Amino acid sequence: MELNGVRIRDTFAEAFGMRAGRAIITARSHDWALEAARAMTGFATSVIGCKVEAGIEAMLEGDETPDGRPGVSVLLFAFDAEKVGERLVERVGQAVLTCPTTACFDGLPDSPERVSVGGRLRHFGDRYQSSKLLEGRRYWRIPVMEGEFLVEESFGVQKAIGGGNILILAEDADAALGAAEAAVAAMRRIRGVVLPFPGGVVRSGSKVGAKHYKEMIASTNDAYCPTLRGRKGVESELPEGVGSVLEIVVNGLDRGAIESALREGIRAACRPGVVEISAGNYGGRLGKHHFRLHDLLAEEMR
Amino acid sequence: MSILELILRDRPAVPLEAPCIRPDTLARLTVREIAALTVWHGNEEARLGDFFEIRGDPSTEVRVVGETARIKHLGAGMAGGRLVIAGDAGMHVGAGMSGGHLVVEGSAAEWAGAEMSGGVLEIRGHAGHHLAGAYAGSRRGMTGGIVLVHGAAGDFAGERMRRGVIAVAGSVGAYAGMDILAGTLLVSGSLGRRAGAGLRRGTIVAGAAADLLPTFRYACTYHPGFLEIYLRRLRHGYGFPMEDRFFSGAYRRFIGDHNELGRGEILVWTPR
Repeated sequence: MELNGVRIRDTFAEAFGMRAGRAIITARSHDWALEAARAMTGFATSVIGCKVEAGIEAMLEGDETPDGRPGVSVLLFAFDAEKVGERLVERVGQAVLTCPTTACFDGLPDSPERVSVGGRLRHFGDRYQSSKLLEGRRYWRIPVMEGEFLVEESFGVQKAIGGGNILILAEDADAALGAAEAAVAAMRRIRGVVLPFPGGVVRSGSKVGAKHYKEMIASTNDAYCPTLRGRKGVESELPEGVGSVLEIVVNGLDRGAIESALREGIRAACRPGVVEISAGNYGGRLGKHHFRLHDLLAEEMR
Repeated sequence: MSILELILRDRPAVPLEAPCIRPDTLARLTVREIAALTVWHGNEEARLGDFFEIRGDPSTEVRVVGETARIKHLGAGMAGGRLVIAGDAGMHVGAGMSGGHLVVEGSAAEWAGAEMSGGVLEIRGHAGHHLAGAYAGSRRGMTGGIVLVHGAAGDFAGERMRRGVIAVAGSVGAYAGMDILAGTLLVSGSLGRRAGAGLRRGTIVAGAAADLLPTFRYACTYHPGFLEIYLRRLRHGYGFPMEDRFFSGAYRRFIGDHNELGRGEILVWTPR
């Protein structure tokens, strides 16, 4: 299969069942909401090393936020609800509570699975905090030097999927980066997904474990490293003409959102200088969510 | 959906007590059973059908029509459904209600929504004394739900409220929010004398300068974030006439009542 002259490998992205929460950060301006969101989603690229995967989902206008102010929605993923709750408490507490003018609300209010966030952060108020209850939602008012920090007591958690991905195999690093940037721009327009890596792009895709260091739980994906092509012991997966590979990882609240993001990403990435679009998987043995690239592009193939 | 209409034939000579008029109850009965429900006309026991013409089929949506100002306890204790009083309501309308939506298209007399625990009570006109208040001997008044008064309210509004929201578009009389334990009383107009006396926790918002008790102390002037959520919800969710100035203004925060626990607040609107 080809799209705009770029080969689409007949393979699939292998993704994992996770749990996710959504935080709505509001502030006096989009700039301040973004400051908090960036801090909250920093060092959250992979559960392997960061305990959590997180990213900015969307910029929100006043009519989309509980308090009518500009906002940013953040998605945060971990392997169970308890860990989502712990990470939310840590990150809202350190990155949002501390940021001028911000407030923080639950972005999954209809989810029956709940974790306490404001209900734990309220203790920062040292018993000077107070709460407001409106239509079943409790908001904590924590006095701070600037005035008051408002945070919702509980946040919804729902089933989610992490690890959807595409691999962009290009002639050189410039072509790979240009295609990746185009793909990220297209994928970030989809609601319900985040791209947790820096700029949405991963240059260091990994394989499970390591060949030479037993204690490593992940190590470089040598089969896709162009500098290792031809080296003894390396079974390169790179076709001829490929000089650089970048990966885009996408986590989402549901399968449909990830499919949309992957589809838009592939369409945008198929441009001159790109040789092939592939995807990372573990032979289908680890993750129960499989996204076949050809199925995603079935519409183009009709 | 069908609507059950109860049409009052004549204005009762003395107040008629009709706590049976609540949509959740009427929806489960036949028209014949509804007509046989007990009401009290002064000290005389009577039947609902003696006073009302019943039109339509039993439904969770009920409309009461006629000169209804002398009917007491309309919707008292209701737990669901929608009840519309197409006129004024007598005392105790919606008292003790725990759910549903009760609309008084005119004004309501004393004790409207007294000790209610849930649901929405909307009064398009004015409300009398003891709005959502606590009956004598009760430790708590309103414990949940939302009360919306598009006009003014009398004395003792929200007395001993424990939880919930009361919004009054006009002014309120004396002793508003007296002995509030928690909850929010929002008054677009002015507060009468001795507002918030005995306030333990909870919030009173005043849209006009207030002559507060000396047991309240000024803290700061700011725009509380939680208030924005309340204002938006009242305006957009319930169509309550919330003036723009409340969104753009600031609030002078007074903490009190220091004769009591002193963890309550009165927020007085001021231009920003």
